[in-house]
Amino acid sequence: MNEKMIAAQINGLEVYCRQGTTVLAMARAAGCFIPTLCDDPRLEAYGGCRLCVVEIKGLEYPQTACTTPVAAGMEIVTESAKLTRIRRNILALLLANHPNDCMRCEATGACTLQDLAYRYNVDGSRFNGDQTRLPRRDDNDFITFEPDKCILCGRCVRICHEVMMDGTIDLIGKGFNTRVDTAWSKPRSKENCEFCGQCVSTCPTGALTDKMSRGLGRPYETTKVRTTCCYCGTGCGLDLKVKDGKVIGVASALDAPSNQGNLCIKGRYGYQFIHSPERIKTPLIKRDGKFEAASWDEALDLVAGKFIEIRKKHGPDALGGVASARCTSEDCYVMLKWVRAGIGTNNIDNCARV
Amino acid sequence: MDQIAEADTIFLFGSNPTECHPIVGLHLKKGLRRGAKLIVADPRRIDLVDRADIWLGLKPGSNLALINGMLNVILTNGWENKEYIATRTEGFVEVKANALLYPPERVEKLTGVAKETIIAAAELYAKSDKSMIVYGLGVTEHITGTENAMAMGTLALVCGHLGRRGAGVMSLRGQNNVQGATDMAAVPHMLPGYQLVSEPEVRAKFEKKWQAPISPRPGLESLEMYDAARAGKFKGMFLMGVDPAQTDPDLHAVRKSLNALDFLVVLDMFHTETTAFADVILPGASFAEKDGTFTNLERRIQRVNKAIEPIAGKAEWQIICEIATRMGYPMHYNHPAEIMNEIASLAPNWAGIDYQRLGTQGLQWPCPSKDHPGTATRYEDDFPRYNKLGRMIALDHVGSGEIPDHQYPLILTTGRRREHHNNASMTMRTEGIAKLVPEELLEISSGDATRLGIDDGDYVRVVSRRGQIKVKSWVTTRAQDGIVFLAFHHREALTNDLTSGFRDPITSTPEYKSCAVRVEKS
Repeated sequence: MNEKMIAAQINGLEVYCRQGTTVLAMARAAGCFIPTLCDDPRLEAYGGCRLCVVEIKGLEYPQTACTTPVAAGMEIVTESAKLTRIRRNILALLLANHPNDCMRCEATGACTLQDLAYRYNVDGSRFNGDQTRLPRRDDNDFITFEPDKCILCGRCVRICHEVMMDGTIDLIGKGFNTRVDTAWSKPRSKENCEFCGQCVSTCPTGALTDKMSRGLGRPYETTKVRTTCCYCGTGCGLDLKVKDGKVIGVASALDAPSNQGNLCIKGRYGYQFIHSPERIKTPLIKRDGKFEAASWDEALDLVAGKFIEIRKKHGPDALGGVASARCTSEDCYVMLKWVRAGIGTNNIDNCARV
Repeated sequence: MDQIAEADTIFLFGSNPTECHPIVGLHLKKGLRRGAKLIVADPRRIDLVDRADIWLGLKPGSNLALINGMLNVILTNGWENKEYIATRTEGFVEVKANALLYPPERVEKLTGVAKETIIAAAELYAKSDKSMIVYGLGVTEHITGTENAMAMGTLALVCGHLGRRGAGVMSLRGQNNVQGATDMAAVPHMLPGYQLVSEPEVRAKFEKKWQAPISPRPGLESLEMYDAARAGKFKGMFLMGVDPAQTDPDLHAVRKSLNALDFLVVLDMFHTETTAFADVILPGASFAEKDGTFTNLERRIQRVNKAIEPIAGKAEWQIICEIATRMGYPMHYNHPAEIMNEIASLAPNWAGIDYQRLGTQGLQWPCPSKDHPGTATRYEDDFPRYNKLGRMIALDHVGSGEIPDHQYPLILTTGRRREHHNNASMTMRTEGIAKLVPEELLEISSGDATRLGIDDGDYVRVVSRRGQIKVKSWVTTRAQDGIVFLAFHHREALTNDLTSGFRDPITSTPEYKSCAVRVEKS
């Protein structure tokens, strides 16, 4: 790792960065906006969408910021009439072969293509040509693919190869007929896909979307609540998407320290248990071998009463509890404090050892 | 965790991260893409074996023999880190004498791994600049679990692969808050922050804070509570979010214990195998319904933030406080932040923790004060012992508690699958996941399957000394001859009806990874 710091200028501003930093990373750190479609911090620099072009003093042509390392003394300009023209052209070409049905598109409000069309004031009317007309692929329970919304940035393919090392999907065909597909166009199944949804998480348009969340809420109707995954011990950070008191989906949290936005099938899609109709919703007391619904007061009075009774009869060491390694540390602490200080025994364990 | 990708050689031992810890698996894959070498020690030909340089397909229960064999190769070739051994460790003489009893020829017989493979693995591990051991429950869920884990440490100490970025020994914890639940000391012999109940000054500190006496009598571990219940000495039990009647070993014994109790309270989100035994069921809250923290396998304390109100009205900490109060010991907190402040005031390693500091990035304990940044790598300069030295221990091969015989000729080893978690009460409630992995499959080698007349997809009976279950078979190259595998996620096929009551005598961790079975066509 090269720790040498170098100085450069961006939009006339003096900045310092580590040698090897790309112009894109440095610009973002300095708070300068550079548009991108094919960039994801989880992926290797690609230089495919060409939107991140910047002007560098002394170089004749604009350079892609994502693949150009900062050199000492470099003078970089991120916005100019020329750059805007280039970016508008690229966006107009993309939108010329796009359904532009934002009103009912699942990605609206969370679509980079839409945001950039708005920012650069471009629509799909400038170029007339063929349009991709391929049917929506809904061949599995997790991932919906709408090929005519795909801009071929390759992010889904790259995350599947580079990060997951799975190779479920690839770019197939040539020229206008290029598309993202599975081998032999087979439906996604356990045979060819992990269903981690990483491809969905990186898609900058509505081409890939979480099937379970479709139609349940727009980003501006939902709140994102950062939390920690409830499954294995890795401790992945994730955002729960919440609308009207319901968890409607999970979004990647790119700044999460353990996983940097990556998630597995359980973390991304294993949330439906939260609102399962099979949840136990009230305390239940067994009477004559059958569970009957009870109020909290009734159930807690019974528990406390019985525990006091057993303690009186058999002593505190005839009582004990096991806490869960799936509950919070605070839950565990409260439980062990109750067992030790409240009941008076050290019979407390958790399920870590089993 | 990101340090895995910085290692030159990754030694994966008894862990299947691409399924059980998929995101740890990604860090590992990142290392592989950087050019790191990979050694996999696992009885199963797990997916990562395809990407490994060396696969040590050892028999379940032969971990210690394998490590001793590797130590033998390292020491007879002089590949150990002599300076590190001299300045940072103790116990080397005994370790060396013991390792010399394990020449590769003998270890080949004990483990089933060819001696050339053992030698190659030892060379690769020892000679790399930065080697990291990543181990999972395949190390600990044996009667020699503790010794197995110590042997990993000894191997790392002998080669000096500790206390530097990209080197070390990392254990993968199975559940989201195994680390936190243990740090909190929801365990019988300790108080929060690894402070011993047996020490009077520790008890005095807690008694002052808690305004109540703490019993100096040692408590029972969970499996000991079940033993005591069967013996009629243990009467009332509170189970919070655990399902021993599916996930504990030797379920017949567990069911007997739960039946023997006078009064059982089970707190859970769903009906499970265990709730059927309860006298009272209290509804639990999911992680989306409460504030708190989970501590991950790299000791990072991270926030859990409430996204929705508890569906049944109360979070676990509130329920317990109300019971305690009703029992005449008033407990009250307005918010889990107050609980964390109390923890920080009692556990020195957590003294610097509060919710505000945790933010979105969390903090890795030890974090002894409010201005301490947390600790990513431990043991850089010394070990937390009286003489600051890392202690190596000579350990002998013992084997498994139950070994195959003519009646039960196969070894059953158990674990998890990517799509499910433990009793699957949560994962089976995502429709797509339930459809994807609807039932349990017995992984069996084509050699064993042919011998037994079993075709892929046939239903088979798996029988152990304790019980039998019916499952579909999966004839696969993942299984070696003589070793079959089952996960324990499905209520329809309770794998733990088969597993044995053998336990690691030090930690009481059951021997989930090895018991003797036979397989019959159903």
